[in-house]
Amino acid sequence: MSGAYEVVIGLEVHAQLLTRTKMFCGCSTVFGAPPNTQTCPVCQAMPGTLPVINRRAVEFGIKTALAINCTVNADNRFARKHYYYPDMPKNYQISQYEEPLAEHGHLDIEVGGAARRIGIQRLHLEEDVGKLIHEGSLETAQSSQVDFNRAGVPLMEIVSQPDIRTSEEAGAYLRGLRAIVVYLGVCDGNMEEGSMRCDANISLRLHGGELGTKVEVKNMNSFRNVQHALEYEITRQTRALQTGERIVQETRLWDPDKAQTVSMRSKEFAHDYRYFPEPDLPPLSIEPALIERLGKSLPELPAARRQRFRDVYVLNAHDAAVATQSRALADYFEQAAKDSPNPKAIANWVLNEVLRVVPGDDEKAIKLCPIKPANLAGLVTLIEDGTISGKIAKDVFEKMYRSGEDARTIVLREGLTQVADAGALGAVVDGVLAEHAKVVEDYKAGKKAALGFLVGQVMKATAGKASPGVVNSLLAGKLSKL
Amino acid sequence: MLTDLTIHELAARFRRGDVTPTQAAREYLDRIAALDPKVKAYLTVTGEAALARAAEADARFKSGAPLGPLDGVPLGVKDVFCTRGVRTTCGSKILEGFVPPYDATVVARLVRAGAVILGKLNMDEFAMGSSTENSAYFTTRNPWDLSRVPGGSSGGSAAAVAADLAAAALGTDTGGSIRQPAAFCGNVGLKPTYGRVSRFGLVAFASSLDQVGPLAKDVLDAALMLQAIAGHDPMDSTSAAIPVPDYTAELDRGVRGLRVGIPAEYFIEGLDAEVEAAVRAAIETLKGLGAKPESVSLPHTEYGLAAYYLIAPAECSSNLARYDGVKYGLRVPGARDLIDMYSRTRGAGFGAEVKRRVMLGSYALSAGYYDAYYGKAQKVRTLVQRDFQKAFERVDVIVAPTTPSAAFKMGEREDPLSMYLNDVFTIPVNLAGLPGLSVPAGFTKSGLPIGLQVIGKAFDEATLLRTAKAYEAATRWHEKKPRLAA
Repeated sequence: MSGAYEVVIGLEVHAQLLTRTKMFCGCSTVFGAPPNTQTCPVCQAMPGTLPVINRRAVEFGIKTALAINCTVNADNRFARKHYYYPDMPKNYQISQYEEPLAEHGHLDIEVGGAARRIGIQRLHLEEDVGKLIHEGSLETAQSSQVDFNRAGVPLMEIVSQPDIRTSEEAGAYLRGLRAIVVYLGVCDGNMEEGSMRCDANISLRLHGGELGTKVEVKNMNSFRNVQHALEYEITRQTRALQTGERIVQETRLWDPDKAQTVSMRSKEFAHDYRYFPEPDLPPLSIEPALIERLGKSLPELPAARRQRFRDVYVLNAHDAAVATQSRALADYFEQAAKDSPNPKAIANWVLNEVLRVVPGDDEKAIKLCPIKPANLAGLVTLIEDGTISGKIAKDVFEKMYRSGEDARTIVLREGLTQVADAGALGAVVDGVLAEHAKVVEDYKAGKKAALGFLVGQVMKATAGKASPGVVNSLLAGKLSKL
Repeated sequence: MLTDLTIHELAARFRRGDVTPTQAAREYLDRIAALDPKVKAYLTVTGEAALARAAEADARFKSGAPLGPLDGVPLGVKDVFCTRGVRTTCGSKILEGFVPPYDATVVARLVRAGAVILGKLNMDEFAMGSSTENSAYFTTRNPWDLSRVPGGSSGGSAAAVAADLAAAALGTDTGGSIRQPAAFCGNVGLKPTYGRVSRFGLVAFASSLDQVGPLAKDVLDAALMLQAIAGHDPMDSTSAAIPVPDYTAELDRGVRGLRVGIPAEYFIEGLDAEVEAAVRAAIETLKGLGAKPESVSLPHTEYGLAAYYLIAPAECSSNLARYDGVKYGLRVPGARDLIDMYSRTRGAGFGAEVKRRVMLGSYALSAGYYDAYYGKAQKVRTLVQRDFQKAFERVDVIVAPTTPSAAFKMGEREDPLSMYLNDVFTIPVNLAGLPGLSVPAGFTKSGLPIGLQVIGKAFDEATLLRTAKAYEAATRWHEKKPRLAA
């Protein structure tokens, strides 16, 4: 839709790390505590306090870097990034600047069947800021309050190259990145809650031309909002360029209610962050042995697992993607599928029925799902061997979810075994045909839908236990003789 | 008078049982009440707490189980160290009302050793200055001549020790702030190797330069203080994981065969004639004790001052960014908006010298200027370090003047640049991260103390102390005390 213009998008993702304690002090990172109850002199920036590096955060950063094909810089440094704001107690953030933890990686994505490689410029560690609460609206508030619980929580910043060309690619990149950090257990990837955040830089240029003016877009708190905001910007910038209007280099906020980006009205000082190497922290020197050990400890990553599901379980691209959206779900599927004669059926049940009752990206919920993988496999086996029909199976599934029992126990107890005996069913079919002679006439007159009615009547008469296959063939046979 | 005694003399009396820590504490507190209105060394006197700690020490000595050489000893602490429950101002209005909920590591170590903290000592605001005239509260006087400055920024610490208002004191040294006031007040002042002592709880001025050290009445006392505070601290990532030796073990070994470097670049025009004479005489004394003086060159000395006055302000502008009226300390009311609150608070809370350095430092770090100023200064710093490294291939210690002159009169050095020149001999040592001390080396004709500086290899405080001890034993300058009437 931008036609003459090529869209150039770069994404900056901040991921909150799932460490027990903060980046530079021992305070807890658990979400939701009462304000200023998870603070200490260090993360409150009291005079004389000093930072100490959280080792686990560094390990999480290294694992992520390796998973996105980056080179880990064994020698890297923290740096101070200065600006004044009440949610940042030191009025500088300890981040990384010229010597980040890792660089030069990539993430492979697939959009509309086309594979693309998105370059990753860098990955670095930094600390999060606190939370400001304003009384009333931003315009009318007479005071604000600051909660430092979040100040100092470890963040991983991942900056892509400006290789993204469409909003769909942006969505695919974000989902891919999220799947990786969730798989690694380093971040819970929750954009709505803010444990994963995304800012975008977007510009348009004529094909083969010079880079256009970059606009930064913030406040997009879901994958969908990212795509919508980018689509809006593409439209806005295209229109502007077409009418000869100048694109202003600025920061714009996505307004999800108005479905548009809005220029930040606040006084935007050109930020000179006055970066310099953090003198309170010696340069990090990471032993190659540690990098190697962390590399070896990486689990099978989403992309590899997706491919393996396609190869081994013959899932199509879409199903493979859904089944691998989280490590827990992929593990669930594989545990159910590994001993099943029909992994494809397992996949259908997982993707359609299990995902109805459990969110696919909720590790905890999946692990607590009352239907254990082995039991799901058992259910599918009962369908495969004709013990129950697909329709009854759905009913059994509900009962399994409520009681946590295995399928066979429920089927036997409630007498749900499918009736497939042609003799017994034949008698029922005869009865239905006799009772609904008019419908039989309709069918013979050409009304095909009448068959469905007759099948339904047989099912009703057998309380749903008749094997649909047998019923259909019996009916077809008898009707043809009438 | 108990207040005349050194730490080691006092400790001996405690052990003998003829003096109790409470008696010592009382005498010091009485003397503070009588004389400090003149000397003005103390910002806060913690009399009640001191007597409580002293009583605890009494019990320990009575039961024959003292904690160590500092048990029951009354000390002063520069107000740049956080002391739990005791107001800490850093000599600034912007920390008015700030009461830390924690102790600096060094304070905790002294308390654990049984020391009795008498109070918090005056200083140049945020440790920026060489005269204590930059304190937002008042200027401390030099006990040798009350119309003169005690030096700075640890002026309160130096004056308290010189006037026997504390048995010893903790100070900090970023560009000379222990050594220079020690020289002006006739104390032994030691700045350890960077990383030797924890900076946790030391309110930061320049993170890569600040170090904690003692000001004491003699060399043995300085060694005992260092022993109590030195060592790795997991709360300070820049503290060294290097074992702490016994600093008193070799103290009396003497200097026979010790190779002593005399840096040509420290004997410059502008060095007061009396100071030069005293230093040269000291070198002769050391030679007489068996040391081997030889000339060394530290060619980049003259660039040290400029490099320091870019690096230190840059780091200071960053470290002081947190004083914004949001979280603790001063907040000037009536602001229109956030920016207004920041400017009013920092405008009213910071003194002129602090503001100067914050502006200088912000500029040195700013985009487009970083490479030319901060970056360049750090490179010069490396050159200064290399000068020392090369010299220490040939000598064991370097001996030089501590300051270009003796104590000047209050108000005499109004031009900031001329004030900066006070630190020209001490700054290179901070840039190089090396240990340095000042030991009394005589007096001017008008009776003002002169200091001799001894500079050593990294983590070789033992050799510094041994050199100073030999010199002290041969000269006994430290036995002279200022005449102070109540």
